[in-house]
Amino acid sequence: MAVSINIQNVKKQYDDNVVIRDLSAHIQSGELFTLLGPSGCGKTTLLRMIAGFNSIEAGTISFDDRVINNIPVYQRNFGMVFQNYAIFPNMTVYRNIEYGLKNKKLSKQEIAQRVEAIMETVQIAPYKDRYPEKLSGGQQQRVALARAIVVQPQVLLMDEPLSNLDAKLRLEMREAIRQIQKDVGITTVYVTHDQEEALAISDRIAVMNRGDIQQIDEPEHIYQRPYNTFVADFIGHSNHFAGEVRGVEGSLTHIVLENGHPIAMPGLMPLKQGDRVQVFVRPEEFTFASKEQGMEGKVLVKLFLGRYINYRIDFGGPQAAEVTVDATTVDRIHDAGDSVYLTVNTRRANVFHPDTGVTLVEGVVSNVP
Amino acid sequence: MFPKKGVRFDFWSFVSLLSLVVFGLFLIIPVGQMVVYAFQNADGGFTVENFIKFFSRPYYVRSMTNSIVVVLSATLLVIAIGVPLAYITSTFQIKGRRLMDILIIISMLSPPFLGAYSWILMLGRNGAITTFLRDSMGIRIPSIYGFGGILLVFVLKLYPYIYMYTKGALKKVDASLGEAAESLGYHGIRKVLNVSLPLVMPTILAGATIVFLRAFADYGTPRLIGEGYNTLPVIIYQEWVSETGTNAYFASAVALIMMVIAALVFLAQKWISSRRSTTMSMLNPPKPKQLRGLPNVLAHVYVYLIVLLSTLPQIYIIIISFRNTKGLMWADGYGFGNYVTTFTRSLSSIINTFQYAIIAILIIVVLGTLFAYLTVRKKNLVSRFLDVFIMFPYVIPGTIFGLILLMTFNRPPLILSGTAAIIIVSYVIRRMPYTVRSSAAILRQISPSIDEASASLGYGAMSTFFNVTMPVMAAGILSGAILSWITIINELSSTLMLYTGKTQTMTVTIFQEISRGGYGTAAALSTILTVTMIVSLLLFFKLTNSEDIDL
Ligand SMILES: Nc1ncnc2c1ncn2[C@@H]1O[C@H](COP(=O)(O)OP(=O)(O)OP(=O)(O)O)[C@@H](O)[C@H]1O
Ligand SMILES: [Mg+2]
Repeated sequence: MAVSINIQNVKKQYDDNVVIRDLSAHIQSGELFTLLGPSGCGKTTLLRMIAGFNSIEAGTISFDDRVINNIPVYQRNFGMVFQNYAIFPNMTVYRNIEYGLKNKKLSKQEIAQRVEAIMETVQIAPYKDRYPEKLSGGQQQRVALARAIVVQPQVLLMDEPLSNLDAKLRLEMREAIRQIQKDVGITTVYVTHDQEEALAISDRIAVMNRGDIQQIDEPEHIYQRPYNTFVADFIGHSNHFAGEVRGVEGSLTHIVLENGHPIAMPGLMPLKQGDRVQVFVRPEEFTFASKEQGMEGKVLVKLFLGRYINYRIDFGGPQAAEVTVDATTVDRIHDAGDSVYLTVNTRRANVFHPDTGVTLVEGVVSNVP
Repeated sequence: MFPKKGVRFDFWSFVSLLSLVVFGLFLIIPVGQMVVYAFQNADGGFTVENFIKFFSRPYYVRSMTNSIVVVLSATLLVIAIGVPLAYITSTFQIKGRRLMDILIIISMLSPPFLGAYSWILMLGRNGAITTFLRDSMGIRIPSIYGFGGILLVFVLKLYPYIYMYTKGALKKVDASLGEAAESLGYHGIRKVLNVSLPLVMPTILAGATIVFLRAFADYGTPRLIGEGYNTLPVIIYQEWVSETGTNAYFASAVALIMMVIAALVFLAQKWISSRRSTTMSMLNPPKPKQLRGLPNVLAHVYVYLIVLLSTLPQIYIIIISFRNTKGLMWADGYGFGNYVTTFTRSLSSIINTFQYAIIAILIIVVLGTLFAYLTVRKKNLVSRFLDVFIMFPYVIPGTIFGLILLMTFNRPPLILSGTAAIIIVSYVIRRMPYTVRSSAAILRQISPSIDEASASLGYGAMSTFFNVTMPVMAAGILSGAILSWITIINELSSTLMLYTGKTQTMTVTIFQEISRGGYGTAAALSTILTVTMIVSLLLFFKLTNSEDIDL
């Protein structure tokens, strides 16, 4: 039923404007694959190429082994959930969901059965006779989802399906989509520019920038081991420190940060003394320490958020650093003006080449074919 | 549209092709034919003789100046009456405003020549009011025939366009603008002149252009009430059916002159409004205020008087349609005699009207929405051409359009003259713009993802269009189709060129009856026409839940 999607060296241009130069990716059968990237990076463009709404200027897209470049939209057998839902306003909920089935050679009975079943799944059955204008955003979203998957397509495409919902509904629908996708087991391409959503929902994420995929990986790898500085900055927040290699000792690379603080990073690629590097430390990758161990900083701002405490701390670098600590594990809450000492969690921090921006952590790959 | 690599010949390519065929065959070729004829003599050689003839004879030149003078005067007067009317009804509370609006729409949509006919019945040589004043009071009123009569009819028939356009625009002027102006010390009339008027100016201009083109194209009014005050459409008709044999070449030349004038006016308006388009953001729509005292009375008197004057012809026709007649003469008493005569003698023209109109409107709705889709959703060479072609009929007067269809299709390879088909073709081409425009407008508000959703569910382009797009467009289609429909059943000028005994329509019969003095039948038929129009309008209001029509 579910298929894999193979995208090979595709190119897309609008008139003279090349939006996607040469992009390849392999999406596995049954997985929820997310395209994540800043606005205008070409996520929608790529999704619409898979759907067939956009022409493909070069390269191929195949479902399993079947190249679909020249197969018209209506024969591609995919379901799509649109950002604005695109529910047919002239049809009731029931008719909307039924629409795609009516086109297939199915008995009336089977159609009714399948519509009823999917309405239960997405919990929209009580509204089956309503017109879309009388539905809330979340309900419309459910109808759109039901309409797309009831035809049991090979592929499900979603373009920012949650962006029109309020924060609470977004969380709720996110889980619903994830659940249904797993139950149905359908290969899904999901577009979003919300990194948190991407991390929560995806099997794998492709981070895109300017028409190129930067890295494809599982959410935790994308977050913890970004392939380059773009991914590191786009997903979550990172504090940047310039550094210089002082020497290598076994598996440890000794680096001195710009503020003079030495750290010993495990698992880096071979580096020589004097090599310049970029060290990226996420806010939660700091720990308060004693004066002897830690690097000195001054608290500029303290934000108490209940479970977490956020500090802005000046380490003497060009930019103040963000530090987050779990409120339940600290003995003492610092205030603005306090001098503090912090160590870097070297098992978590990432190191990048200062010019190419590519990771220097051993074993981290972009996974881009 | 022309197949690039990997693009199939799909439904929309077919529709593009269809649009080219329809407009090519029934618009471009006939217009081309006219242009060719205009520069030809009877032997088929090239000549500018036709134009020399036109510009060297005072008789013809005068018809042109007559046309321009009476049409310009009408346009200016219409603005002078319509703009204040729109301002009053949208700024102040007027009792019975809704009814006034409906009456205004009705008088706008009824054919002008009926107005002319009714005014003749009231104020003409033997008109009811004329004879009453002369016999009972010895007062002689000035003649209604000629320039004055044409002007009267045009103004009362056409001010609703300016009224509707201006009212629509005023509705969109943010009330905060007026408030801001007041805070800056602009009050009353100064506020209107300095703030509201400039904002609605482009709209007034657009309305004035429509008024100009309508009046300019009208054949029936000057023909009936002009009596020697000839205008261009009258000349064209005369030249075409003149006793000395038809002169297609000279008629074509006059038609070309007329179309050039119309096109220039049309383009001038487009040019001016493109240079000063303002977009308004409407956050705070204006609310009509309650006036008190004398101003309140004056405002009401103004509105009621204008509406009364413009509906009077309609009402009068309805009344006298019940008056008994004897032969061509009025007789005493009232009854259904005229209707009986009409149904026995002119039933076929009633049937023809509805037959042609229904066929035409069905074609218009299908083609109009398809073409609207092309122009909005498929940006290509054909759709850009289409954009222009669709608006073309606005500048082609009906008389001319009838004429050029006839000249093109009265000989092989395609002979249509004398058939119902040629009349239907004329209706379709001339009345499609309303439907295309409103359909395109609603389409711009509908997200294309609706179509894409349907395609993703396995529906091809054509079934997507008819299953989803068209039903969703319904309200917009309907609001244009109602205009197309009403203006079809009221169509006279091109039908007059194209009809034969067998394909005579109601308007033609009315016109003939008026010409031969059969006022009873004419009144009865006119009443049937008016009632049809009112019923259609009310049905439309009910169906769409609206209170207004979009021009
Ligand atoms: N129909 C089009 N014609 C011309 N350029 C287009 C068209 N559609 C998109 N583009 C351009 O292609 C680029 C990628 O657009 P795309 O819509 O794929 O971005 P996106 O990643 O989906 O962004 P967002 O998160 O804002 O939706 C943009 O620079 C955009 O301006
Ligand atoms: Mg997008």
